[in-house]
Amino acid sequence: MALTVDIVGPDGVRWSGQATFVTAPTVEGSIGLYPAHEPIMSVLKAGNVTVDDLEGKRSVLPIGGGFLSFDEDTVTVIADSQDEHGA
Amino acid sequence: MGAKQRVYRQRIRSTQSLKKIFRAMELIAASRIGKARERVGAASPYAKAITGAIEAVAMHANVEHPLTIERTDTKRVALLVVTADRGMAGAYTANALRSSERLREQLMEQGKEVVQYVAGRRGISYFHFRNRPLAGRWTGGSDSPSLETAQEIARALLAAFLAPADQGGVAELHIVYTRYHSMVDQESRVIRALPLEVVEGELGVGERVPPLYDFEPSPEEVLDALLPRYIEARVYSHLLQSAASELAARQRAMNTATTNAEDMIRNYIRLANAARQTEITQEISEIVSGADALAASS
Repeated sequence: MALTVDIVGPDGVRWSGQATFVTAPTVEGSIGLYPAHEPIMSVLKAGNVTVDDLEGKRSVLPIGGGFLSFDEDTVTVIADSQDEHGA
Repeated sequence: MGAKQRVYRQRIRSTQSLKKIFRAMELIAASRIGKARERVGAASPYAKAITGAIEAVAMHANVEHPLTIERTDTKRVALLVVTADRGMAGAYTANALRSSERLREQLMEQGKEVVQYVAGRRGISYFHFRNRPLAGRWTGGSDSPSLETAQEIARALLAAFLAPADQGGVAELHIVYTRYHSMVDQESRVIRALPLEVVEGELGVGERVPPLYDFEPSPEEVLDALLPRYIEARVYSHLLQSAASELAARQRAMNTATTNAEDMIRNYIRLANAARQTEITQEISEIVSGADALAASS
């Protein structure tokens, strides 16, 4: 089972594809998502989103805050542009 | 060369230089359209993700949030119209303004007071000429809007929406923009951006029920975080759509102008030729009659 991940910014898609594990910096700490996690919506602060793709390669994407939603093994990260909204 | 001919030649020359300008503008618009469409495409996943998230939150959490509840404390509503910075785009700006004015009349019939916001120099001069007050105006880059402009507009509109009634707060936010369908089809559209119209309990067959989300930290804070981004994404995507439409409209208008200039040039060449022929005919008949007169007198 794999996660479908979409990380989108205001001017385009930053990362899109299948992954096994995703972490994101939420305002209350950090969250790690494996498949079959319960549906969640969370506000993100500035930090790094990491995505482990199917080959086990880890991508690190810095975001300037944003928003994450997870349901039915689909992760959507709405990332702000780096300098916007502060953190 | 006779005076008539000179006038025609002058007109042909000036029309030819106009034609070159039209042609250049057509080509510029055509070359920028691809870029503008790409940007529309690039921005749409973000807008879609935010809209989806907002709908999910609003559907689930029974939260009282300014985002979803109708304000009743003020009759003022904000109306943003997106127009072009430059003309030469056919009826592009005129159509957007017409839609905007129609909406304004409708809103006023409902007893609402319209607070006007405008993006684009052409729109501003329209309202300025009619001495209508503008609550906000933005110019520059109407054919390639920047995210910064969108953020600026979004901030101003959001501030008005969240302000208390006695400080110029507005109850609704309407946006008039031009939607890009294709090179030959653009349509000015009116949308109500705020408050959100939440569609509840109307799930069709086969549509999945959205899951029960956990909210972190809380539904209210999630909505608070989404609201500015939502408006921003909305405004940005409308600006981009309008920019693509503007360029398409300009390209078409300039194409027509080039064709018209060609027609005029052809017409003037004919007239100039006729004038030259008339002159020659007259000269010949003068010579012939002169020779005749000499022959008759000798």
